[in-house]
Amino acid sequence: MSGICEQAVGGKVGSALTLAETPLLSHVLARADDALILGHRLSEWTGHAPLLEEELALANLALDLIGQARLLYEYAGAIEGAGHGEGDFAYFRDPPQFHNLLLVEQPNGDFAMTMLRHFLYAAFADPYWRAMVVAGDATLAAIAAKAEKEMAYHLRHAAGWVIRLGDGTEESHRRLAVALDTLWPFTGEMFLADAGEAALSDAGTVIDPAALRPRWEATIARVFAEANLTRPGGEWAPSGGRAGRHSEHLGHLLATMQHLARSHPGVRW
Amino acid sequence: MYTQALDTAEAQSKPADTAAAARFQARIDAEQRIEPQDFMPEAYRRTLIRQISQHAHSEIVGMLPEGNWITRAPSLRRKAALLAKVQDEGGHGLYLYAAAETLGVARETLVDQLLAGAAKYSSIFNYPTLTWADIGAIGWLVDGAAIMNQIPLCRCSYGPYARAMIRICKEESFHQRQGFEIMLTLCRGTAAQKAMAQDALDRWWWPVLMMFGPPDAQSRHSQHSARWKIKRFSNDELRQKFLDATVPQAQFLGLTLPDPALAFDPETGHWRAGPIDWAEFEAVLAGNGPCNRERLEARRRAHDEGGWVREAARAHAEKRRAAKARAA
Ligand SMILES: [Fe+2]
Ligand SMILES: [Fe+2]
Repeated sequence: MSGICEQAVGGKVGSALTLAETPLLSHVLARADDALILGHRLSEWTGHAPLLEEELALANLALDLIGQARLLYEYAGAIEGAGHGEGDFAYFRDPPQFHNLLLVEQPNGDFAMTMLRHFLYAAFADPYWRAMVVAGDATLAAIAAKAEKEMAYHLRHAAGWVIRLGDGTEESHRRLAVALDTLWPFTGEMFLADAGEAALSDAGTVIDPAALRPRWEATIARVFAEANLTRPGGEWAPSGGRAGRHSEHLGHLLATMQHLARSHPGVRW
Repeated sequence: MYTQALDTAEAQSKPADTAAAARFQARIDAEQRIEPQDFMPEAYRRTLIRQISQHAHSEIVGMLPEGNWITRAPSLRRKAALLAKVQDEGGHGLYLYAAAETLGVARETLVDQLLAGAAKYSSIFNYPTLTWADIGAIGWLVDGAAIMNQIPLCRCSYGPYARAMIRICKEESFHQRQGFEIMLTLCRGTAAQKAMAQDALDRWWWPVLMMFGPPDAQSRHSQHSARWKIKRFSNDELRQKFLDATVPQAQFLGLTLPDPALAFDPETGHWRAGPIDWAEFEAVLAGNGPCNRERLEARRRAHDEGGWVREAARAHAEKRRAAKARAA
C-alpha cells in the first residue's frame, strides 16, 4: 500500500505533472496547498452562510488564502524552473502530490466546524508567517509580510466566533464541542517537520514549526477560556498530509476543483 | 445584481394630502433629492420599499447561480475573480437592504417576505448555470442589462437609493467587462470552448431580454414611478438600449444571437429583435422557471441552518452587555 503512495508522490500519474521535488519546493508547495485547500473549503460556503455579513467575511478569508496560494505557487514555479505555474500546480497534481495538512481538507460541517477549523489553523499561520518575515528566504519573507497581516485578521475573526459560539447558547456550545472533538487530533500535524524541512530550518531558510507550539498553545488557552471550552487530551494524532497521504476528503475536493481544467488540458481560460 | 421592472400594483396615492404632496412633487420636478427624514407620500414610500427590496433580493439570490461555479472555476485567477464578484453582489444586497431600512422597514421583515415566497426577485436567476461559459454570459449579459437599468437609477429621486446605485454601478460595469473577457477568451480558444460560449449565449439571450420586464403596452404601473423620478426610462426603451449595445459585442465575439428575426433598421439606426416569448416570462415569475424552487429552497436552508448561529451571537452580545452593566 504505502509503496503505491510513495511512487505516486512526485511521480506521474495519468494526466498529472511530473515533479522533481527538492526540500524547498516541497515546503513552498505545502504552504501553498494549505492556503488553497482551506480557501477552497471556505469558498464552498458562498451563498449559504448563516448571515449576510458573514457571507462577505468568509469570501474575504477565502480570497486572502487563494491569493497567498497563488504567490506561493508562482515561487514554486520559479524554484522548479520547469515552466510550471499556478495552474499546473493547482489543477494538474493528483491527491498524493498535495502536501497540505489534513486539518484544512476536513469538510466544512456546520458553521462551528468551519470557524473552529479556521481558528486552529490561523492560530498557527499567524505566528508562522510573522516568523517567516525574518527567515532567510527573501521571496518567502516578502510573501510572509503580506500573509502575516491577513492571518492576524483571520485569527481575530475566527477567535471572535469561537468565543461567541462557545459562550452563546447551549446549542452553539454543544456544536462547538463536537467540532473540537472532531478537529483537535489534526492539529498536531502542524508542528511536524520532515527531514528536508528540518535541514531547511537548520540552515535558517525557513522556521521550525515546532518552535511555534508554545505560542499556539497560549492562543488556544486564552480563547478557549473565554469560550468555556476545555482543551482536549487524547493520543490520536493523525498525520501524513505533508507526505501526500490524505484523508478521503481531499480526492473529492480535487475532483470538483480540477475536473474542468483537466478536461481541457493546455487551454487558456 | 439587478432590479427588474416587475411592477406589481403601485399603491395609489390618496388625493387628500394636497398641499404637502404638491410641495413634494415640486421638489421632485426640481430634481431635488428626497431624504429619509423628508415628507413623502405613503405610496412613494411603499413603491420604493418594494423596488429596493426586490433589487436587494435579486442580488442575494443572484449569488447562487454564479456561486455554483466557484469551486469548479478552471484557473485560480478565475476562481478568485468569481469569488470576488459574487462577494460584490452580496455587498450590493447589503447596501440595498440598508437603503430600504431608511424607509422604516427592517431587513428581517424583507428577508422573511422573500423566504415566504411573497417577494419577487429578478426572473433571470431562476435559470441554471450549466457550464463555465455561463459565468461569462452572466457577467457580460446579465450585469450588462443591470447596468442599463441601474445607471438611470443613480439619478433616482430618493437619495439613499441613488447613492447606493452609484456605488453599485461602478462594480457592475467591472463585472460586465470581466464577463465579456471570459467570453472573449473562450471564443479565441479551442472549438470546444467556443461551442461552450455559443451554447451559453443560446440559453441566456432571451431570458436576458426579458429582464427588462413586460413590454410598455402591457406595463400598467409605470406612470407614478416616472412622475416620481424613480423610473426614468420605460422597459422597452431600456431593452432597446441594451440590444443596440450588445449586438455588436456578440458580432465581435463571432457568436450568433439565437434570433433569426434579428435585423438592423437603417432608418432608425436600431436593432430589432424578434418576438419575445412572454409566456415563458410569466411562467418564471409565477414560480415555474427551471430553478425557482431550488433557489428559494437554498435561501431557506441557509436561513434555517444559520438560525442557531444568529441566536448564539445575540445571546453572547446580551451576556456581554449584562456583564458590562454589572461592572459599571
Ligand atoms: Fe450586483
Ligand atoms: Fe454584478
